[in-house]
Amino acid sequence: MAATSSEPLGRGQRHSRFSLPNGGYRAILIVGGAIFAALVIWFLYSIVNQSRPAFSTLGFSWIFQKTWNPNLKKFGLLPFILGTLETTAIAMVLAVPIGLGSALALAYLVPQRAKVLLGTAVELLAAVPSVVYGLWGVIALAPLFREYVEPFFSSTFGWTGLFNGADSGVGLMLAGSILFVMVLPTMVAISRDVLAVVPKEQVEGAMALGATQWQVLRKVVLPEARAGLLGAFILATGRALGETVAVALVIGNSDYIAHSLKSPSATLASLIINNFGEASGTELAALFGAGLVLLAIGLTVNSVARALVRRSGSSGSVASVAVA
Amino acid sequence: MTEQLSRPTVPTAPTPPTIEDNVNLTTGEVFLDRSTGHPVMQLKDVGVAFGGRAAVRNVSFDVFDREITALIGPSGSGKTTLLRALNRMHDTVRSAKVTGKIMLGDTDVYSGSTDPTLLRSRVGMVFQRPNPFPTMSIYENAVAGLRFNGVRKKALLDEAAESALVAAALWDSVSDRLKAHASTLSGGEQQRLCIARALAVEPEVLLMDEPTSALDPIATKRIEELIGELKSRVTIIIVTHNMQQAMRVADRCAFLLMGEDRTGELIEFSSTSKLFSEPDDPRTLDYVNGRFG
Repeated sequence: MAATSSEPLGRGQRHSRFSLPNGGYRAILIVGGAIFAALVIWFLYSIVNQSRPAFSTLGFSWIFQKTWNPNLKKFGLLPFILGTLETTAIAMVLAVPIGLGSALALAYLVPQRAKVLLGTAVELLAAVPSVVYGLWGVIALAPLFREYVEPFFSSTFGWTGLFNGADSGVGLMLAGSILFVMVLPTMVAISRDVLAVVPKEQVEGAMALGATQWQVLRKVVLPEARAGLLGAFILATGRALGETVAVALVIGNSDYIAHSLKSPSATLASLIINNFGEASGTELAALFGAGLVLLAIGLTVNSVARALVRRSGSSGSVASVAVA
Repeated sequence: MTEQLSRPTVPTAPTPPTIEDNVNLTTGEVFLDRSTGHPVMQLKDVGVAFGGRAAVRNVSFDVFDREITALIGPSGSGKTTLLRALNRMHDTVRSAKVTGKIMLGDTDVYSGSTDPTLLRSRVGMVFQRPNPFPTMSIYENAVAGLRFNGVRKKALLDEAAESALVAAALWDSVSDRLKAHASTLSGGEQQRLCIARALAVEPEVLLMDEPTSALDPIATKRIEELIGELKSRVTIIIVTHNMQQAMRVADRCAFLLMGEDRTGELIEFSSTSKLFSEPDDPRTLDYVNGRFG
């Protein structure tokens, strides 16, 4: 550091105007960490506390019951759990290949100037408020889905039984598609950053062995970036699971289990936003319970994805650190 | 080897191999297929420019079959830039332009009909810092190039892996842990794995870009010994800033120097013994005597 300085460094000189003594850093870190931990604990406690009346009057099985009818004191969450999982699944099935492809293209194929332009566009899209996506879905996409997309899927894939019922525009398909559009920028932006930091030596090492560009990406870049790509997947999935306003605008808001991808449905998040205004008593507690279930789903997806990556070979990132 | 070799761009008569060069000092094995004295690579007026600015230019020399050719010169003289032109590693840099002619046997390296991936399986490369693939095992690293080139048969891969690891003097220390991650190896072992990985594809020419610069002296010595052993098997072009290393391993040396316009140029190309003892150019003498660089 100061090897060029001819005078030996005295103790007093070690700290510049901007540096804190060791104890100062520790204090800042500890206080920051403690505030964060306290917020998380407080938040969890609130949700659990607010949802407790639902559990005490309804037991635990109510979560998986099929009927949501506050007038009958029925607060089954199953339609909404399924709606959440289905819309997220549609979104991620589309977002993973398309997002990964776009990210690879952005990181490795596109010329520098286009890279900057497209990269900015992606970041812009990631910052668009979700209500705007929702409006776009209602105004622009819903008619399109009703007139073209849904009839096409019904006639082409009708045999699967997934596309029964009337073409209404709104429903699982549209909600999943809107979620796909919303999580795509997240998926692309993070994946691109993760892919771009794969060491050049690795890429060149593969090239020098006669690998094609596709082989370099498939055999070296993707495995090396696996842990980071998982992060992109988890963040995007989390956003899809919890997205509220946009989904509420385009999903049709039905309290029944969807029997087809064209059916209107609802998610845990859209249930909460559509009902909490007039809810009280057990219903309000049940809505907090829905929030708790949503949290649990998010955690489960997170840990399952982590376990899958860990099992698919010991971590690339750890190994690369050891080499470096 | 031949002392009188000064300008080998003029075809020279094949040099009769000496016994000394044909014996593997470790195994005692005698190589019968030693240097044929024919050029495997020919560089004619080669230059590399980035965004219109020349980094190296006017380089012409021949690389002879199963010899070791060293590119020496101070930092910035364009050694690595030149080396990377030989297997088209500059292809990924859009602003890079390679001029002149590079022939690999009958193949024009920069001809439009030359497939760069195929070319790179004929001209292998070992880098400054060991770069085994960290997500792959030792075995997978050794056969990675073969897999890239479409080899699928397990028996073939196994055989090639063992042969390459033996050739890279790594087999004895890793044969019982082929499934282990490449990152569990020491730096020197990692570099030998990278050499094995390159050898497995059976290239005609192996490019080495300062292969020992990231290694400690003992690992360096072992790699140098290995390079000497490999020359029966493959033609080697090595970039080094270490003149002792060039003297120890190379048959011929190309001395590059950065001119006043900051562009690297070939000053002299001749046999190692001549270049280090009685070079034609005074600048070469100054450099090999350590007066600059």
